[in-house]
Amino acid sequence: MFTSLNLRALLLSFVILTLVLGAWELATPAVKAAGELTEYEKLIGAADQEARVPPPSAVLVRAWEELSDPFYDNGPNDKGIGIQIGYSIFRVLTGYLMAALLAIPVGFLIGMSPLAYKAFDPFIQVLRPISPLAWMPLALFIIKDSQASAIFVIFICSIWPMLINTAFGVAGVRKDWVNVARTHELGSLRTALIVILPAAAPTILTGMRISIGIAWLVIVAAEMLVGGTGVGYYVWNEWNNLDLTSVIFSILVIGVVGMLLDAVFAFAQRSIQYQE
Amino acid sequence: MTNIPFLEVDLLTKRYPSPDGGDPLTVFENINFDIYKGEFVCIIGHSGCGKSTIMNVLAGLDTPTSGGVTMDGKELSGPSLDRGVVFQNYSLLPWLSALKNVIFGVKARHPDWSKEKVREHSYHYLELVGLVNGAENRKPSQLSGGMRQRVSIARAFAIQPKLLLLDEPFGALDALTRGTIQDELIRIWSGSDQTVFMITHDVDEAILLADRVLLMTNGPYATVAESVAIDIPRPRSRADIIHHDGYYKIRNHLVEFLAKRSKDLAGISKISGGQNDDPQQPKIVRPALDGVSSSEIDSATSPNLLKVKG
Ligand SMILES: Nc1ncnc2c1ncn2[C@@H]1O[C@H](COP(=O)(O)OP(=O)(O)OP(=O)(O)O)[C@@H](O)[C@H]1O
Ligand SMILES: [Mg+2]
Repeated sequence: MFTSLNLRALLLSFVILTLVLGAWELATPAVKAAGELTEYEKLIGAADQEARVPPPSAVLVRAWEELSDPFYDNGPNDKGIGIQIGYSIFRVLTGYLMAALLAIPVGFLIGMSPLAYKAFDPFIQVLRPISPLAWMPLALFIIKDSQASAIFVIFICSIWPMLINTAFGVAGVRKDWVNVARTHELGSLRTALIVILPAAAPTILTGMRISIGIAWLVIVAAEMLVGGTGVGYYVWNEWNNLDLTSVIFSILVIGVVGMLLDAVFAFAQRSIQYQE
Repeated sequence: MTNIPFLEVDLLTKRYPSPDGGDPLTVFENINFDIYKGEFVCIIGHSGCGKSTIMNVLAGLDTPTSGGVTMDGKELSGPSLDRGVVFQNYSLLPWLSALKNVIFGVKARHPDWSKEKVREHSYHYLELVGLVNGAENRKPSQLSGGMRQRVSIARAFAIQPKLLLLDEPFGALDALTRGTIQDELIRIWSGSDQTVFMITHDVDEAILLADRVLLMTNGPYATVAESVAIDIPRPRSRADIIHHDGYYKIRNHLVEFLAKRSKDLAGISKISGGQNDDPQQPKIVRPALDGVSSSEIDSATSPNLLKVKG
């Protein structure tokens, strides 16, 4: 008997996984040995087994190979998945931290001043909906370095959710709490740090969590454009090699890493959440 | 003792500009009253007459349109740790535990104290309101409404302000809890020389706690019409106070004012108009002494002389 909801959900997830993988496996025709191919099949390229969608079993085998040696480096076009992920995470975190260092203090000031809130709003509204990749040509032209341009794109896409949420959170801090600070004669800096920051922290962290999600979405596309290293480049490279098994494997890795990044922020969010 | 008031409110007026450019809304006009050192003064009036506004002016969180307040001979400007405030709700910081909320206040008051001393002092005041043995480490959301107000009161007393301002601190509590905390409040107050100004809606609460009750007429153009002395000796207790001869006389006087005269007198300051620039004190009434008005009583019987500490 399954009394726990979690346990039942886990079981159901497992059933769904098995069904989907089973259906996928069955839907992929087994690759015939070269000797069994008819002349016609050879003509249309059926012999090229890498060119078809591989079955999950093949992906699993590839995953095992890749993950058992993730950090090998055989030159620019053949690096382990661990190294590629490392490059991507490095870019995401660099761009993201730079964005946080700018967006959170500026968002704080905007949130504290109704005048600044109104004055900055039109700029934010225009800049925010721009696809981060649209900045890429300009970034490449000005920065003249593809690595730095990718980081810049991450920077620009991470800014908006953090800026908007910080300003919104700070502006929405309950007036009574600010009055508590005032009646205790706290100066503006101490009010900001001891009262407004903790009060707005859950909203700010929501913005940070949205930003890291977007940054991870964008890095894959950015690396496909600039090339060289990173998990986005890895996907594109394997596609050029027509190695679909590796493409599917790297898609899964991108998903798992994104999930882990999000989980870190979800944890941080829970730890600073308060109930009114 | 002293006849110099500790706090003087002079010709206080608050107007809000009307949103459509018409006549401004005059919430109250030419309010005068004094509070003496160590006195417990309650103010009663109908909802919207401007009690909280007066209190915010006293706290320094709001500015009057005209008029002023002096405390200890100095004009008030802006908030200060000399005036502690307990709001009706939300005066605790929800991300801090009960103890940390008190520590927050004590630290602001005594930045030079050691961590140990701040903690000890804060803990002592939580002990006074009976909030120890684990409850001190809980967040406000994990405390009942009554416990939360206890923490607020502990924090306000812990910073030992010259004037304590309470805005309907028990408004959201049930009658039983309200009773216990009222008892606690008098006990802590009696052991201090704290001056308290408190807003309430509750006539019985005012009689139990106050040395004097200020009665406000209805707004707009509200004013303080009377200052009712509560001539019932202390220590008072909820159970015994109702057997005191003066109790029902005072109670009837207050209830009658709220039910009828607050309406009849509404706008009286408008009629007497702006010419009344003389900071005239509200009429002192002593219902327990058969309604003799203050002029017939020697001014030496200032209300704080009636306070028997204990
Ligand atoms: N920002 C404002 N703009 C216009 N009018 C206001 C504003 N703030 C308060 N008022 C008005 O001032 C009056 C007094 O408000 P206040 O909060 O002081 O009343 P109160 O006596 O404390 O009432 P209650 O007992 O319900 O708490 C009200 O009639 C209210 O409409
Ligand atoms: Mg009020």
